[in-house]
Amino acid sequence: MGLRRPSRTVVLLSFVVIPLFLSHAAGAQEPSPSPSPSATASPEPVASPEPAPAPPVEVPPGAEGAGGPSGPLPVYGGAAASSKVFNPDIAVIGDFLGAIGKNDSPFATPSLELHEAEASLQAIVDPYARADFFLTFGHDEVGVEEGFITFTSLPGSFLLKVGKMRGSFGKVNQMHNHILPWTDRPLLVQNLLGGEDGIDDAGLSLSRLFPNKVVFLEATGEVYRGETGVFHAPRRGDLLYVGRLRAYRDLTESTNLDVGGSVASGHNDLAAQRSEAGLDPSGFTTQLYGFDATLRYRPLRRAIYKRLLARTELVWSRRQQEAGTAAAFGAYVSLDYQFARRWFAGARWDRSDRADDPALVDKAGSLLVTYWPSEFSQIRAQYRHTAYGEGIKANEVLFQLLFSIGAHGAHTF
Amino acid sequence: MKTASLTSIALAAGLLAAAPAHAELNVVTTTEDLAALAREVGGDKVKVESLSRGYQDPHFVEAKPSFVIKLHSADLLIAVGRELEIGWLPPLVNQARNAKVQPGGEGYFDASQGVKILEIPTGQLTRAMGDVHPQGNPHYWLDPDNGLRIAKGIQKKLSALSPADAAYFAQREDAFEKRLAEAQKRWDAQMAPYKGTKIVTYHRSWPNFVDRFGLDVIGYVEPRPGIPPSPSHTIDLINDMKAKNVKIIMVEPYFDLKTPNSIARETGAKVLVMAPSVGAEKEITDYISLFDYDVKLLAAALKETTGR
Repeated sequence: MGLRRPSRTVVLLSFVVIPLFLSHAAGAQEPSPSPSPSATASPEPVASPEPAPAPPVEVPPGAEGAGGPSGPLPVYGGAAASSKVFNPDIAVIGDFLGAIGKNDSPFATPSLELHEAEASLQAIVDPYARADFFLTFGHDEVGVEEGFITFTSLPGSFLLKVGKMRGSFGKVNQMHNHILPWTDRPLLVQNLLGGEDGIDDAGLSLSRLFPNKVVFLEATGEVYRGETGVFHAPRRGDLLYVGRLRAYRDLTESTNLDVGGSVASGHNDLAAQRSEAGLDPSGFTTQLYGFDATLRYRPLRRAIYKRLLARTELVWSRRQQEAGTAAAFGAYVSLDYQFARRWFAGARWDRSDRADDPALVDKAGSLLVTYWPSEFSQIRAQYRHTAYGEGIKANEVLFQLLFSIGAHGAHTF
Repeated sequence: MKTASLTSIALAAGLLAAAPAHAELNVVTTTEDLAALAREVGGDKVKVESLSRGYQDPHFVEAKPSFVIKLHSADLLIAVGRELEIGWLPPLVNQARNAKVQPGGEGYFDASQGVKILEIPTGQLTRAMGDVHPQGNPHYWLDPDNGLRIAKGIQKKLSALSPADAAYFAQREDAFEKRLAEAQKRWDAQMAPYKGTKIVTYHRSWPNFVDRFGLDVIGYVEPRPGIPPSPSHTIDLINDMKAKNVKIIMVEPYFDLKTPNSIARETGAKVLVMAPSVGAEKEITDYISLFDYDVKLLAAALKETTGR
């Protein structure tokens, strides 16, 4: 994923400002019982035009570098505020979607919706680990999209994550909505991974770097509870396993190639149904195999004006059903090109069989244009033509407004 | 069998003995300026590599996996700090699988400790102000006095990591200090006639530089930090420059020259593509030649435009 999404490139405000942000959020969201809410919205001297001089607070070692400040800080909210330096980085990202045009399929999206509000809380836990929480608030549901601890100081080139997280299967499955180069997700996500969240489950992820002079090589092994997307574990021992091998190489200082292979294996919904009906669920599994390749171009001298990201992802699904194995395939090819400081143009070709009925094939093509008022907001329009397997055709224009407040940590490449 | 194991023990012992007593320290810096200063102090006892290039906008470096490998084997990471690298360094450090370079680790050094920082905002901050840096302007290396402070900081850090070489680092730092003092006399002499001259810069990259050489920045091509030029702001700036007779526009090499050039056409000012970092141009190979380049370029342009 490129550096072009707001959250990623964000040069973030430190949590020096978080007390400010909090007091504002409190003022905006919680109606104050007081008759004059404006006067009580900011109980601290934060919002007063000239904060009283306060003794400096020294940031403890360890806060710096991970997004935290260093050195003496101005104190907001009096001496008790010194505890605030340990507050995590907080951000909220709004993902507002609109759709016009005709779509008679069951996959049609609403005319207008605040599709997601993602709140992130990120900080260093101790000298050995950091933690990241991403809480998502949808139209009528709240969930922990991710909440995990990362052990950053393990020996042997290992990195361990424990918690709920997006599985390391391919590229798009690991990406949050706000860093996608589209307003939607490719068809294979719905059809083969089982919906917007795909593989996003509670478990452990252990990855190892294989340092060498030629290529960045990383192998990841993950084990999950098995209750996510197309996977449903009927019994405690029926875990979901995910594996990924990623290779990356700089071709020039501006161009690089990133390829990966992924596998996932666990029990599917038929196993869960059989188990509930008192039948043996063994053998009713789904295996997913993925391949992804990304070519990036970004000239260093003009990095803020020009970049190209070309990506393809292929997924094969092997689903054991009563009638035998259903073999389905899905793929997309996407191009995203920045042609001016604030403008991006994109295109995506999309096709996917349905996992449970590979005879049904959905196909789609999209054209996109994205405008960036600043690094913290973006406006996008996507024309999408979809031909669903049932014979339904849809022509739609999808709109998106993304906006971000607070300090959202940078995403991995 | 016994002979075989004896042989292997002997071999292993031989290999161990062959390892150098003091391997050179592996230093990774975020920018080429810090790399240049680390080389001044570290000499041949360190191997230094910078993640970003001098002609690159240091706010917008990509967190490439190839950088993860460099950090993985680093003994010391030197960062500019003040949130300059916040958009890309934290995920690299997280993935480095190297306890030394984690924040608070023995091999993590924030070079902004102990330097002179300008433009630390006071009062309430919001992003309506653009990309403000809450901890002050991070382009502080563009004051040679700060360069010296950074070098001293690096000397302290290297000496802590490799105490056996402390005397060597101290001697290197001392030699650099002398050369820098000589060079400063030269730069001050070149810039002395132009004290108080009003200029315009593209981004707020130069407060330490203009503070050091006594120039007066009256405006920026960017309406607010990180916000691209807008027509209305450009017109205001042109009028302001005409009123104050401003003839110099300093631009960083990573910005588009279209707006600066059109401002120059309207005002008769000169556009100077200055070097904000070591490596911005081929001939800028170290910290002193960075100022040699900028001072020479600027002094020539000031001479031409002011006639002094």
